[in-house]
Amino acid sequence: MRLKEEVQGRISLREKSDRPEQLVQVKVAMATCGIASGAKQTMEFLIDELEKRNIEAVVTQTGCMGYCYAEPTIEVTLPGQEPVVFGEVDVRKADEIIEKYIKTGEFVDGIIPQNYETIDNQ
Amino acid sequence: MSKYNMHLLVCGGTGCRASASDSIVTQLRKELESRGLEDQVQVIMTGCFGFCEKGPIVKVMPDNTFYVEVKPEDAAAIVAEHVVKGRKVEHLLYLDPEQQAHVSDSKHMGFYKKQLRIALRNCGFINPENIDEAIARDAYAALGKVLSEMTPEQAIKVIMDAGLRGRGGGGFPAGLKWSLARKNEADEKYVVCNADEGDPGAFMDRSILEGDPHSVLEAMAICGYCIGSSKGLIYIRAEYPLAIERLKIALDQAREYGLLGKNILGSDFDFDIELRYGAGAFVCGEETALIHSMEGLRGEPTLKPPFPAESGYKGKPTNVNNVETLANVPVIFLKGAKWFSEIGTEKSKGTKVFALAGKINNVGLIEVPMGTTLREVIFEIGGGIKNGKKFKAVQTGGPSGGCLTEKHLSTPIDFDNLIAAGSMMGSGGMIVIDEDDCMVSMAKFFLEFTVEESCGKCSPCRIGNKRLYEILEKITNGKGTMADLDNLRNLSVVIKDTSLCGLGQSSPNPVLSTLDNFWDEYIEHVMEKKCRAGQCKALLRYEIVAENCVGCTACARACPVNAIRGERKQIHEIDQSICIKCGACFEKCKFDAVIIK
Repeated sequence: MRLKEEVQGRISLREKSDRPEQLVQVKVAMATCGIASGAKQTMEFLIDELEKRNIEAVVTQTGCMGYCYAEPTIEVTLPGQEPVVFGEVDVRKADEIIEKYIKTGEFVDGIIPQNYETIDNQ
Repeated sequence: MSKYNMHLLVCGGTGCRASASDSIVTQLRKELESRGLEDQVQVIMTGCFGFCEKGPIVKVMPDNTFYVEVKPEDAAAIVAEHVVKGRKVEHLLYLDPEQQAHVSDSKHMGFYKKQLRIALRNCGFINPENIDEAIARDAYAALGKVLSEMTPEQAIKVIMDAGLRGRGGGGFPAGLKWSLARKNEADEKYVVCNADEGDPGAFMDRSILEGDPHSVLEAMAICGYCIGSSKGLIYIRAEYPLAIERLKIALDQAREYGLLGKNILGSDFDFDIELRYGAGAFVCGEETALIHSMEGLRGEPTLKPPFPAESGYKGKPTNVNNVETLANVPVIFLKGAKWFSEIGTEKSKGTKVFALAGKINNVGLIEVPMGTTLREVIFEIGGGIKNGKKFKAVQTGGPSGGCLTEKHLSTPIDFDNLIAAGSMMGSGGMIVIDEDDCMVSMAKFFLEFTVEESCGKCSPCRIGNKRLYEILEKITNGKGTMADLDNLRNLSVVIKDTSLCGLGQSSPNPVLSTLDNFWDEYIEHVMEKKCRAGQCKALLRYEIVAENCVGCTACARACPVNAIRGERKQIHEIDQSICIKCGACFEKCKFDAVIIK
């Protein structure tokens, strides 16, 4: 019981430190299907270019988002805003997303609206 | 930070595009420009909202107003009223059929979101290679709860009360399976995760393992505690290298955190998991064959009983659950059995993940509550049929399942309804078939798969399926007789009744269900030697219509076997004895002179 509390304490600590509010967060869907459609190139491009362009951002990989028809897909969370998912993000699209959405908050075509409920709001 | 203070999101899904969402965008931009607002309001085309029935959709951000069935001529009203005056355009708002009131805000119309993600809760959210992210989203919290607060019996009761049924295809109650494995006493027991996903077109389990491996590891540990086992095995196909890699990383991280291994979370419960690779034989998805394969024997099934719960891996009590079943387990402990059992239908609780494939616009991985209709899945979430073609059938349950047709579209999807309709849930592959697909060829495709994958141990399956395949081939070659159709049905029934394992017992299902639902297509193939979908090449005949032919020689140049004769500016002709029916001439002709008969 005590150990469980300890673990939970650790979890809640991590939860806080894991949510850096000031950073741009980018998640790239990297399941087999995404990788096959070029998600790796997209991810490498995002990591390199965000650094080159001096944008403080965390780029991580994640699993399948379910939008196989629009791979590669990425999710971008700007500080203090709702996450936005973009579909069919090749290198050129990634560049457009950095220049427009990440830098100025301007939307670009190809946003995928979230069409599901998660258990978090149940 | 943005120079825009308002966004108009126009659905650019295929369904909405077909109903003119392109020109809605143009009209909106034009209206904005005429008022000099183009620098403040941005119009953006998005992917599918999954609400195609009410398309085209226009969503206004930031106030989340959701307009449905918008026409290009409505653009003026949206700009004049909503953008300029800040008043919502009432008649374009969604009308709640129950309350007869307009719903203005998409946050209050959660019901339009047909999907509910339980098994996929973390897929696409967390970095699967980082256990901290999983823990931040409650991974291993259920394990902690079970170990510290519950006896194994209590925990099994939770799964029973939740009504969780096996997602691998059979639909056997998971709680009952666990309790059977618990009852059988032995010095060692095993928890096996069946990750041998073999249905063509199915990728649910792979996506879960690649996106959220910890949910499966956690559930296996919980299962181990419940049945009294300290050893877990994951049987995964070697052709899933990324899933294997991520599982290995997850296992290492879980061990490092003390979530696997000795004295988990300070309790006296020990549990660890090993990976076992399969070579990708379909039959190894059957639990007894899977166990033999793990023992290093041939992947052949054995007769049940004895069930694995009595005598499984190395003769010890073994509990085999599918990946998706396990992925549901932790949530049930965190949210409660009652919460879970309120989702779904009377006898099928919770949600089901489907891999949507085939002739459908939004190919993808979806998770819907049991009881969602096929229509909602295919025409709403799936965005309808590709290229505006007509829906013909949907194949569920892979090679063991059957076809469901238009008359089944309103059937709520659950284990029992699909069986009653002549198909089955299976592991969750859903292949959508349109009018260009031949149902006899489709049955033949699945039979070819079964013939290849039959282990050969029992004769009904080994020989019977081969004969079934040969009869189907005869029919698609235009040599079938009415007696063949009788034989098809009789043989199918015999194979089902006499085969040893689930593979043979279900392999004739594609034949039987197409015979039942598409009898007229079989008759056409046999009596008229005609394939209405134009897929059975032997039954096709390309001909040139003399009136339309201008003698341009395009077809003759395209023909790979020089089967087309005719001088320049003269009428051409196809030599049927040489023609290989590749269709090159048909595609090349600009004058509709080449026809398929």
